[in-house]
Amino acid sequence: MTTTEMVDMISLVIDGFEVSVPKGTLVIRAAEKLGIQIPRFCDHPLLDPVGACRQCLVDIEINGRAFPKPQASCTIPVEPGMIVKTQLTSSVAEKAQRGVMELLLMNHPLDCPVCDKGGECPLQNQAMSNGQGESRFEGAKRTFQKPINISSQVLLDRERCVLCARCTRFSEQIASDPFITLNERGALQQVGIYEKQPFESYFSGNAVQICPVGALTGASYRFRARPFDLVSTPSACEHCASGCDMRTDVRRGKTLRRLAGDDALVNEEWNCDKGRWAFKYVTATDRLTTPMIRNSDGVLVQASWPEALAAAAAGLSGHKSAVLVGGRATYEDAYGYSKFARIALATNDIDFRARLSSDEEREFLAAHIVGSTTTYRDIDTADRVLLVAFEPEEESPIVFLRLNKQFRKRALKVTTIATKLSIGVEKLNGEFIKVAPGAEASALSSQALTNKSVILVGERASESAGLLSAVAALAQTSGAKLAWIPRRAGERGALEAGAIGNLLPGGRPVSDASARVDIATAWNTDSLPSDIGKNTNEIINAVNSGSIGALLIGGVDPLDNEMSAQTLAALEKAFVVSLEIAPSMVTERADVILPVAAVTEKSGSFLNWEGRPRAFDSAVTETHNRSDLRILSMVADQMNRTISLGTVTAAAKEIASLGRWDGAKVSITKVSAPSVPSISADEAIITSWRRLLDLGTLQKGEDNLAATSRRTVAVISPKRAQVLGVSDGDTLRISTQYGSVTLPALVEDIHDDAVWAPRNSRGSQLLSQLGIAHGAVVKVAKV
Amino acid sequence: MTKLAPVLSAHWDEKDSFTIEAYTRHGGYKASKKALAMDPDAVIQLVKDSGLRGRGGAGFPTGMKWGFIPQGDNKDHYLVVNADESEPGTCKDTPLLLANPHVLIEGCIIACHAIRAKHAFIYIRGEVTHVVRRLNQAIEDAYKAGHLGNGIELVLHVGAGAYICGEETALLDSLEGFRGQPRLRPPFPAIAGLYARPTVVNNVESIASVPAIIENGAEWYQAMGTEKSKGTTLYSLSGHVKNPGQFEAPLGITLREILELSGGIRSGHTLKFWTPGGSSTPLFTAQHLDVPLDYEGVSAAGSMLGTKALQIFDETTCVVRAVLRWTEFYKHESCGKCTPCREGTWWLVQILRDLENGKGSEADLAKLLDLCDNIMGRSFCALGDGATSPITSSIKYFRDEYIAHVTQESCPFDPVASTLFEGASK
Repeated sequence: MTTTEMVDMISLVIDGFEVSVPKGTLVIRAAEKLGIQIPRFCDHPLLDPVGACRQCLVDIEINGRAFPKPQASCTIPVEPGMIVKTQLTSSVAEKAQRGVMELLLMNHPLDCPVCDKGGECPLQNQAMSNGQGESRFEGAKRTFQKPINISSQVLLDRERCVLCARCTRFSEQIASDPFITLNERGALQQVGIYEKQPFESYFSGNAVQICPVGALTGASYRFRARPFDLVSTPSACEHCASGCDMRTDVRRGKTLRRLAGDDALVNEEWNCDKGRWAFKYVTATDRLTTPMIRNSDGVLVQASWPEALAAAAAGLSGHKSAVLVGGRATYEDAYGYSKFARIALATNDIDFRARLSSDEEREFLAAHIVGSTTTYRDIDTADRVLLVAFEPEEESPIVFLRLNKQFRKRALKVTTIATKLSIGVEKLNGEFIKVAPGAEASALSSQALTNKSVILVGERASESAGLLSAVAALAQTSGAKLAWIPRRAGERGALEAGAIGNLLPGGRPVSDASARVDIATAWNTDSLPSDIGKNTNEIINAVNSGSIGALLIGGVDPLDNEMSAQTLAALEKAFVVSLEIAPSMVTERADVILPVAAVTEKSGSFLNWEGRPRAFDSAVTETHNRSDLRILSMVADQMNRTISLGTVTAAAKEIASLGRWDGAKVSITKVSAPSVPSISADEAIITSWRRLLDLGTLQKGEDNLAATSRRTVAVISPKRAQVLGVSDGDTLRISTQYGSVTLPALVEDIHDDAVWAPRNSRGSQLLSQLGIAHGAVVKVAKV
Repeated sequence: MTKLAPVLSAHWDEKDSFTIEAYTRHGGYKASKKALAMDPDAVIQLVKDSGLRGRGGAGFPTGMKWGFIPQGDNKDHYLVVNADESEPGTCKDTPLLLANPHVLIEGCIIACHAIRAKHAFIYIRGEVTHVVRRLNQAIEDAYKAGHLGNGIELVLHVGAGAYICGEETALLDSLEGFRGQPRLRPPFPAIAGLYARPTVVNNVESIASVPAIIENGAEWYQAMGTEKSKGTTLYSLSGHVKNPGQFEAPLGITLREILELSGGIRSGHTLKFWTPGGSSTPLFTAQHLDVPLDYEGVSAAGSMLGTKALQIFDETTCVVRAVLRWTEFYKHESCGKCTPCREGTWWLVQILRDLENGKGSEADLAKLLDLCDNIMGRSFCALGDGATSPITSSIKYFRDEYIAHVTQESCPFDPVASTLFEGASK
């Protein structure tokens, strides 16, 4: 970090050692600085102090005046002249701690041999370090029915709970989802949910992780493993662009658990439930493990690697080819696709945007985002944050937590330009500038931002023509910091790696001859293609019109685009080489299938929305699956167009050696916003976003998690509801010429002309069912 | 000999003492008129000079507490009256409010003026519905008469039955609509109390004492009581006595004097032990009959003046049984926030129950005392401390009786003998 904040330092003495810490530091943490560990349960550095468990009692004296009784070191800030005596030097503190520990264990079941926490339990550990071997308690323990579900994913064993209130404080203070509270009183006090209302939070897993005992457990991990049987690997989350640090716990080749890692600059110590629990897709029974080739009868049959590689190379060499790489590729894999397109296929026809996108977006990314350095830290210091086509809680949950932290800490002003007010923005008490879908750009001009402001623009901005041009203009005139936050973990890396038609690696414009020379030299090739490459839709159209004959596709779902029918037709028509982990609509139509490794099976890195590298190592070592990069390298070798990227390390080295482009950037061609369509009484303009928990392919197989997803509804305004004679819970049909969805209605704060439905949830997969997702006119009727 | 000095209770014997007419007839609402004409700081100074100390138990100087409220801070200030009287044995605020609710209302008006508050809240124990009704009527009458509503609003809030809500910060949480559990201090209520605004929390009797001080002056009040404990106060006599009830006397009167004034222990019996200020204050015995019942006197003798709830137990009472009952109360009322009180009271009850039933051992006494040592001063608020008082003090004075339970393997007492109906039949 490059901040130069001045902090007052305070000196105090703990157990005879002097230590100097910033003003406001709690005694317990000042002691940590000296390596003195005071036992604790309720204390958590990211939660407000509560002083409830009383485990951290120490003796304190200030300028000769001693406190008459031991004090909770987790609630007392340091003061000059303070002398602290912990359990190490004070018999009073030592006895107080032993006493509290004995009381905590008194009603605890001591069922460590069958408890998931056994072996990594703060209560167990501290009972050993600061407790006494024998209990003097001979009475009857408090018992409860075990366990109770506080959501489909979180289970509570109340008799194990030490009532530290970490979970309830997390939910209230960090996630702003106060759906669990402490109920009852005395020894019968217990964590509980509201009657008939489960613990609905995208962040509930953190409560499980910070539980200092085995009271809260995740349904999918319960009774699966002992901590000492797990091999832990530091990893990075592949689910979104937030960039969470993670830990992946594997036993005998199978991932059993993932935990939030600790990175103060990014996710602090938190992550979202998707990142924590959605990993079963890796071990799904339908994983592709063997290469396949379509035989002369048109049937896919298993093949050896040499056969498959030869078939892929022949097909790609024999046609004019293009590359479609999804947003989930790692930085190194994306670099592999990027280099493969240019060297092996001699084309710039590559696009990582397997979703709704536009050329305006492509120019915007090249002009303003590639190489940009806006970070979480800028949110921490922002005077204001403007959200454009971006729902942080749904689309980048750690960004939401950071906004929420600043909102709670200093009432950070958040403004959203959107059609519908979301739960997340409501929690941030955000200013809601309500616009019709497609009219976002017009609302931007009235925003008074400063150079301390931050604009967070989501990937959905590409769906409103002219919006990104307006965003770029606003950032330029106001000096506000600008960040683009895509949903998928690989998009920023793919942009930096040049997996897009207008850029080469390191942000080098394809159109710039010296940029091409840069890369050609590094790649040891005479020249690179100089035409701006086709975008995703153009590539599909080119296949259908016959000008492109082969496609190399990695991690793309054809239904993520509104041209799904054309895409499927193109897949049928072209020679398709598919690099995939599981059967998909692409592999069904592929001519050669090359199975690849999932994230936990390989090393690599993602660049999160900040552009910050999030490196990870292979967590599952017992695998034969290879990274995309390795396979691309083999195909290229087979084509005699070698890209020399045999390993992730080699790719990373090569990327680093390229450096960044310091020449002129692509400039953006201003696109003006079209006028918003007018609608009649039975029509509305559709808008949507993907919810955090939905039918995304990486969430496959995790039913407990899926059951915590938000209800699928169609949202209309009170005015429209009145016109249609609809009230909450009535059934609403949204239809286009292409198809329809029928959903329960929810009357909420949304633009009167609009209707909202989740983009990819159960019963509401708009792109495949309606063919559109944003800005188009649909029919809306009560059923 | 010290005489009774009825100030708060001067007119309780009148049939209509609780009405606004009776209160006005005896000069009520004159003090508030006088105070409202004074500079607020002068009112605070007058209360400081009077030496009035908090009657809720801790005895903190009332005027000084008011002085802690930051002035000119452009924030709303609040006065909160703690009428959540729930301590076993304590029963002074309930009769006071039943007999003379207007003196509290007038006190609120004066206190609000002094601390520049526009809103006062009375947080009253929910179980005393008769008092709630009476206080509601009195507030309505005070509004009608124009004493309230002209710049000072008064709200009566009825608690839902939790002893912990008598703890001032738990009370504030409860008043705000949350579960009543004590708050971390600092910030203290004077800086961030109700709705995070500067707040004074006072006991009913403290606020009710203010009108007479304004009316008669600080010197008049100073003249009563002892050197550091000024004024008169309500002593609540209950238990094995001939005439239980409220006795208003200058601070510093002794139990011997009160017993003489009231008619003594029930006939044929002798004093065994007593509480000076409710069940949370360490027990006294007959040897403490001449301890001056003021803040310093009781403290010097090893207990606390507390709420001046004099619970009297004669020789028919099993002290183990009495302590068990109190401890069961604390276990039931522990809010659950902190470990020592929550778990400790759960354990204490089990040990005491065994002892009372003759299933205990001498080692249990050591265990009890060690447990009390691990609770006392280790809990979040004073409730945990209070729970240990009857245990440690009873073992101090009646160790032999505990041992007798162990050696006889049963309780040596006939519980019927200690009942009041048994006493009455003799």
